[in-house]
Amino acid sequence: MQKLSEELKNRAGQKIVDPEYLLFEAPREKVFMTGSEVVKEAVKRASVDASVSYPITPQSEAAHLIGELWVEGYVGVYFRGESEFGVMSELAGCSMAGARTITTTSGPGTLRAMENFPMWAGSRLPIQLVLMARGINSPLSIQPDDLEVSFLLDTGCMVWYAENAQELFDMILAGFVVAEQPDVHVPVVNVINGFFISHTRESVMLPPDDIALPPYNPYKAPMPPIDMEMPPGRFLRDPFVMKSNYISYATHTSWQFEVRAAIERARPYIKKYLGSLIEEFGDPEAEIVLVSTGTGAAQAKEAVRLLEDEGVKAKVVKLRTIRPFPINELREAVKNAKVIFVPEFNVVGWLEREIRRYLYKHSDAEIIGGPRVAGGMTMPPEIIVKDVLNYLGKEVKHVY
Amino acid sequence: MSINIFKINEELREFIPQEVIDLEEKATWGNPKRGVMDLPYAKELLEEHSLCAGCPESMAFRYILASLPNPEDTIIVNSTGCTSLVFPHIALHTVHSLFGNQNAVASGIKRTLEWRFPDKVKDVIVLAGDGATVDIGLDCTLQSFFRQEKITTICFDNEVYANTGGQESGTTVQGHVFKMAPKGKQWPKVPMWQLAIDSGCHYVVRMSVSSPKKVEQVVKKAIYVAREVGPTYLHFYTPCILEIGLNSDDALMEMRDKDKERFKFFEYVSPQAEEVIAKKKEEGLL
Repeated sequence: MQKLSEELKNRAGQKIVDPEYLLFEAPREKVFMTGSEVVKEAVKRASVDASVSYPITPQSEAAHLIGELWVEGYVGVYFRGESEFGVMSELAGCSMAGARTITTTSGPGTLRAMENFPMWAGSRLPIQLVLMARGINSPLSIQPDDLEVSFLLDTGCMVWYAENAQELFDMILAGFVVAEQPDVHVPVVNVINGFFISHTRESVMLPPDDIALPPYNPYKAPMPPIDMEMPPGRFLRDPFVMKSNYISYATHTSWQFEVRAAIERARPYIKKYLGSLIEEFGDPEAEIVLVSTGTGAAQAKEAVRLLEDEGVKAKVVKLRTIRPFPINELREAVKNAKVIFVPEFNVVGWLEREIRRYLYKHSDAEIIGGPRVAGGMTMPPEIIVKDVLNYLGKEVKHVY
Repeated sequence: MSINIFKINEELREFIPQEVIDLEEKATWGNPKRGVMDLPYAKELLEEHSLCAGCPESMAFRYILASLPNPEDTIIVNSTGCTSLVFPHIALHTVHSLFGNQNAVASGIKRTLEWRFPDKVKDVIVLAGDGATVDIGLDCTLQSFFRQEKITTICFDNEVYANTGGQESGTTVQGHVFKMAPKGKQWPKVPMWQLAIDSGCHYVVRMSVSSPKKVEQVVKKAIYVAREVGPTYLHFYTPCILEIGLNSDDALMEMRDKDKERFKFFEYVSPQAEEVIAKKKEEGLL
C-alpha cells in the first residue's frame, strides 16, 4: 500500500500533481521560446504515453522535440509513421490500447489524415492533435492560412484555438484533462497559426518540469481499452452495421448525437481549466466588435489600440474554442454591438459562417466577414483599422 | 493473464446467455497446446458466423481462433470487408477502425501494450481481406513490415472484392472477368507473399486453408516468431464461392485444386525465425 507521506511519481520520475496545481498554482518562471519549443515543454509535463510523428512544415520541429522527450524517458512510445493517414491510425491504436497520445500536423497533412478524425471521435479516443495551420494545396503553399480548420469542425473532435505560445502551453495541458473526462472523452485539436506561433519566440511562463499531470487511466473511459484486461465492450460485439433495420440506423444516429453531446458536456470543464471559452479585450460597451481567433485576435487587439488613438471605441471577442462553440458567451459579448468584423486567415470565411449561424436572430449587429488574408499573408492591424474607419466614414490615416 | 475477464459474476449468472457461460466453462484458455483438434469438444471463440454457407473464410476463422496459443492475451485487428462481418462474433478484443489502416492500428496497439505491460505477452494479429491488405492498405501493410512491428498479418485472399459485390482486386488472376474489369483483368496477380519477404517479414506462408492441421501449425509459428523477432505474414486462399459460381459444398475441392497450382504450399523462414521455431519445438509447443 502507498504510504501517505510518499510522493506519487509517474514513469518518468516526475511528481504527480493535480491539474489545478499545475495550471494555476505552481510557481512559474519566465522563458523565451518558440511555439514548437512550448509544445515540448507541455508534453514534458503531461505524462504522455505515446506520440507518432510525420514531417510537414511548419509542425516538424515540435514533432522532433517530442522525440527528444522519448529519448529522455518522458514519453513511452515514439516513432515516425508512413504518412499522416498512417500516423493518425497508429495513434488511434495507441489510444485504443490505453495510451495518452499527442501528435502534430499541418495543412495537407490534416487533409491526408482526414478519414481518421471522425473515427477517433466515434471510437471515443481522447487523442490530442496540435494543428499548426498552413495553406492547403493546390497551388503548393507552406505558408500560414487556417482554411484546414473548417474541415475539422464537424468531425466530432473538440477544436480549440490558441492565440500565442503561452495559451498553447496551457491549452495542451488543459486539453488532456478535459478530453479525458469520462463524460467527455473525445479528441481535442489545439490550433495555432503556423509560423506566427510555431516559429517566433515570445515570453512564456512555465511551471517547474519535475511535476506532471496524473497519468491517463484508460479504465475510466466510456469505451473499454483494447488490452484484453476487461470484458470486450458492446461496441465491439454488436456493431450497428450488422443489422440492416431501423433499430440499427437509430442506434448509429444516437451514437453520433452522443459524440456531439460529449463535446457540449466539455463546457464546464473548459471553464474550469481555461477560465472561459472566450476572452474579451477593449471597451466592454463598445459598439464595434472584432470577433476572431488565434493570431487574428492578436492583430485585432492591436487594431483596437490603434482605433483608440482615432477616438473610436472597439473591442475584441477572441474565441478560445470553436467546438464547443461559445454560443452564449458570444451572444452576451456582442449585445451592444452595432457592427461585427470577423478578421480571418483564410479565403472562405468559415469563422464568419459560424458567427452568423449562432447570432442569427440573437443580434441586430451588421456582420462583416473580413478583413481576410490567406496563403501566407500577414494581417497588419492597419488593415482592420482601415475597414472599421471606412465603415464609419472616417478618414483613413493609419494605412501606409 | 486475462482469463478472469471471462469469469461470470455469480450474482448475474442466471441472466447470462448460454454461449457466454460456455466461454467460461468450455473454451480452452491458458493452454498454448490448444489447437484445431479441440474444435469438436471445446467452446469456440467464434460464436457462429455471418458469412455465406460453406465460405472458406469461415473455416479459416475457426481454425485460426482455435490455434491461437495465447487467446486470453490476444488482440485482433481487422478491416472492412467480409471479414468485418465476422468480428462481432469473436470473443476477444477486436478492432475495426477504417478500410486499409489495420496494420497501422495494430502497430500502435502492440507498441502501447509493450509499454503498458512490459512483463506480459500480448499478441497482436491482423486479419483482413486482399483488398484491405494488398490494395487500399498496402502502404500501411508494407510499412509495418519495414518498421519490424512484432505483429502477425493474415490475409484472406479470395481474389476479389466480395463484400461489395465482386470487383477485381490486386490479387485477382490476370484475365479473370470481374466487375470493374469487364474486359478481364489486365495485369498479373500481386505476389504479396514475395513482397512480404522483401519487406522484412521473418516468417511467410502462402497456402489455402484446405488442411486445418496445417493452418494450426503455420498460425502458431507465425505468432511465436512475431512475438520474439518481427513481422510475420500468412497469405491464405479463401475462395469466394459466390463470386466464382460454386456451390456451398464445392469450396474444399476448389482449395484442393489450387493447392496444386497457384496456392501450392510455400513457406519462408528467416534464420532468426528458424531459431524460435526450433526452440518452440523443443518446448513441445509446435
